[in-house]
Amino acid sequence: MIPLSSLNISFASIMPEMLLTGLALLVLVLDLFIREEKSVLGYVSVIGLIALIPVSARTIEAKASFGGMVMADEFAAYFNVIFIIAAIFTILISMDYLKKMNVRRGEYYHIILFSTVGMMVMASANDLVTLYVGLELMAMSFYILVAYRIASARSVEGGLKYFVLGALSSGILLYGISFTYGASGSTNLSEIARQLGGFQNPFLILGIVLITVGFGFKVAAFPFHVWTPDVYEGAPTPVTALLSIGSKAASFAAFMRVFMVAFPAFHAQWGEILWMLSAATMIFGSVVAIAQKNIVRMLAYSSIAHAGIIMMGLLVYNDLGAGGVLYYLLVYAFMNMGAFAIVALFRNDRIGESISDYSGLASRRPVLSFLMALFLLSLAGIPPTGGFAAKFFVFSAAIDARYYWLAAIGVVTTAISLFFYAKVIFYMYMREPDGEAVMPESGVLYNVVLLVTAFGTVFLGIYPTPFIDMAIKAVKPLLM
Amino acid sequence: MITLYHYLFLSFILFLIGVAGVLLRRNIIIVLMSLELIFNSVNISLAAFSYYLQTLTGTVFVVFNITVAAAEVAIGLAILVAVFRRRQTVYVDELDEMRG
Repeated sequence: MIPLSSLNISFASIMPEMLLTGLALLVLVLDLFIREEKSVLGYVSVIGLIALIPVSARTIEAKASFGGMVMADEFAAYFNVIFIIAAIFTILISMDYLKKMNVRRGEYYHIILFSTVGMMVMASANDLVTLYVGLELMAMSFYILVAYRIASARSVEGGLKYFVLGALSSGILLYGISFTYGASGSTNLSEIARQLGGFQNPFLILGIVLITVGFGFKVAAFPFHVWTPDVYEGAPTPVTALLSIGSKAASFAAFMRVFMVAFPAFHAQWGEILWMLSAATMIFGSVVAIAQKNIVRMLAYSSIAHAGIIMMGLLVYNDLGAGGVLYYLLVYAFMNMGAFAIVALFRNDRIGESISDYSGLASRRPVLSFLMALFLLSLAGIPPTGGFAAKFFVFSAAIDARYYWLAAIGVVTTAISLFFYAKVIFYMYMREPDGEAVMPESGVLYNVVLLVTAFGTVFLGIYPTPFIDMAIKAVKPLLM
Repeated sequence: MITLYHYLFLSFILFLIGVAGVLLRRNIIIVLMSLELIFNSVNISLAAFSYYLQTLTGTVFVVFNITVAAAEVAIGLAILVAVFRRRQTVYVDELDEMRG
């Protein structure tokens, strides 16, 4: 019998998750009483999330709690802040977007909050059971959110595709987890590493491969990316933004923790698999994005290419690379959210889809065009934006660990990616406006989001040091 | 004598049938059934490992899986109903609104 005290039951370590669950339930109940103006629920959620930032940044316990199920360390805190920031921006741009699309139901905010809870559980999970439950909480919330505009054939179709492939990937991940459990006799990550030692066993290799495939689906890595463009296009645009930032970041958090804590002795094996995945993902994402005419699909392929670069940081397996993943995801949250906010503002059922609709935008909406150009250049990795600092950081980590070829592929694909990002800028500044597509006025909410994301994108580029130091400090315990 | 490997073989066969069903069948109802097959094959393998290793973690995991799979299929059917109302079809290859 294990004594109860050795389980280290510490509710302080799951305080952010508990508070956010409470907020989500509060929003659900308020939804019953607020009949007309559903955006009130959005304001309640945003205020609650802002209040939650300091709580989750301070919730740090060096010791695993709940019998090793939860590890609320600095790594989890860093990711929790990214998730909360992404959720705040998403809710802010959703309020106007939902009005425009004639969706008047309040559970939307509730489900976004619950998907954020799922992401936070994933980032702090120290056990495969906790990790799986968190992942499913996030994924199921997203299945609903993607299909949320039930009046639109594309939205429900995207939802169905996401559901089928997401459930398949969860099944594959689970099968991998079951083999890992069979090989090591435990689902606790640090316990798995202790039990396995350096001993190879066929179950374990199978487990590692299947877990890689499962996470590969979730982060949209190359052979498992098929769902990405359709789902991004069909989903309501704010949901696409959250999907590309929050879901990717949470999957990378779990990916890193599993591989670095549970399988450090097998870095030679999984490093090789991830090498190929990362190279293929970078090349595929940036080459296919060139041919896209729809801006959301282009951003979808661009997010695939970014997943390849982030994966590079994970596989080099040193503190610079792993810290680079965290910093990259933080920067990505700002720049990608900014780009999607402008797309969400422009897009309605007929126009704003195709890149040619952006023709001549600079003469009609100079400030918005400038911001869009800023976000796209940051995504492409042009200094002095955050995208440049993040890419530089990850590539130098790869060179530091002697992954010269991978770093070279990364630099070349970054150069290719400049081509399709610059295409949008070219249309905005060099083409004549073609009359029909008029971008609506941006309201107060959009202005706040765009201002903050633009500030974040530039600030993280010119003053990255404290955030990089925090990221490196956060990943140190994982590399032991 | 039934050993661990018999159970693992059964679970592997079920898993393969499930994956093949998801990837090859056109009817979404059958795809959903195949997904259930995948989850249950994992449950068999977890339960077999749990018995073989004489630890309870695997069995507990199976209970979690069953719960999660029930929630998952509820959402899947809800989305399927929404798709059917919009498009009047349950065949995957007729869902081609988005291309590129």
